[in-house]
Amino acid sequence: MARITAGVGSSHVPLLGVAHDQGKERDDYFGPIFAGYDWTREWEKREKPDVVILVYNDHASAFDMKIIPTFAIGCGERYAPADEGWGPRKVPDVIGHPDLAWHIAQSLVLDEFDMTIINEMDVDHGLTVPLSMMFGACEQWPTTVIPLAVNVVTYPPPSGNRCWALGEAIARAVESFPEDLNVQIWGTGGMSHQLQGARAGLINPEWDNRFLDLLEADNDAVRHIPHIEYLRETGSEGIEMVMWLIMRGALGPRVKTLHRHYHVPCSNTAIGHIVLAPD
Amino acid sequence: MSHTDIHAYLAEFDDIPGTRVFTAKRARQGYHLNQFAMSLMKAENRERFKADERAYLDDWAISEEAKLAVLARDYNALLDMGGNIYFLSKLFSTDGIAFAEAVSTMTDMSWPEYRQMMLEGGRSPEGVRSIREGR
Repeated sequence: MARITAGVGSSHVPLLGVAHDQGKERDDYFGPIFAGYDWTREWEKREKPDVVILVYNDHASAFDMKIIPTFAIGCGERYAPADEGWGPRKVPDVIGHPDLAWHIAQSLVLDEFDMTIINEMDVDHGLTVPLSMMFGACEQWPTTVIPLAVNVVTYPPPSGNRCWALGEAIARAVESFPEDLNVQIWGTGGMSHQLQGARAGLINPEWDNRFLDLLEADNDAVRHIPHIEYLRETGSEGIEMVMWLIMRGALGPRVKTLHRHYHVPCSNTAIGHIVLAPD
Repeated sequence: MSHTDIHAYLAEFDDIPGTRVFTAKRARQGYHLNQFAMSLMKAENRERFKADERAYLDDWAISEEAKLAVLARDYNALLDMGGNIYFLSKLFSTDGIAFAEAVSTMTDMSWPEYRQMMLEGGRSPEGVRSIREGR
């Protein structure tokens, strides 16, 4: 039987990919950020997940304004890194897990989550930066990946409550897959940041850390935070944090914290990172 | 199942200072502008655009005002015309400037000042959460 053994939350700032690709991981600016991932890289070497369900948002790369799926699941064999305007990142193609992905997709639709199915797409920094943060440089990624793309660009994005419930449904789907697989679920994006307008550069460490506290809690209060609170308190792009709730919802009512890290700044953004396991 | 009043939901967005939330209204207004920006994902389109920006823009169904704002790289004006930051960022990368540098042009700070603010912990949310409530 497949099982979800851990959840990871992480920012996915594109500049982290640039720092990684240009060998700047340990300089004065990026050193304190990457140091927060050292523990996780060692842990991942021991955990050896078979599959990562990677919740992220596409940043006008695979999806433009023509089609805007709220929740989309990648059921393809492989995904190439996207050209986001300066050429594709020189990182390995992402290998999918179509058997589990299609099983989850079918289960979710029967569970009344009407998913969009994707068979072909390129994946942008939202997906490849977390892989670099967790696995470092490699010839091929040490795990297969099921991309789960969430619309957090065009309003309204899904509610926190709906994201949490989707996570619960994903966990049920994984548990009903007969093959013995070690599955992780990652929620990416955030933390506080605003990339536009006169209020750009907003950072709210108190709120971000309270959010991390709520993820660790033995209750589901965090699912009820309304969009307007993310917008006011964490900046217009802080809304990405709803994607962490899909990860948290999939871990069940109680979790234990294995690792937690927070740093300001990376470019315009507060970096947050947490590793949780079902308890 | 809780029910959210869409009118109240949308109205609150206008109460956040210095912020344009990318609502359906903005998405409709900026559709062709954003699709123009999206076209810069392709290397050959970036080359064509750089060779003659005005001629490239004239192939798109966007207003004269928006074309002039693109030529001037006036990002606040483009946000007002329904531009979305992730689409407009294709223009930053075509220009070869850092995302944060482009973002700084939307504030009242120079790029060095903005960068320094970020190094010092970013912009405090104090006083910029709500126009109505002044907090």
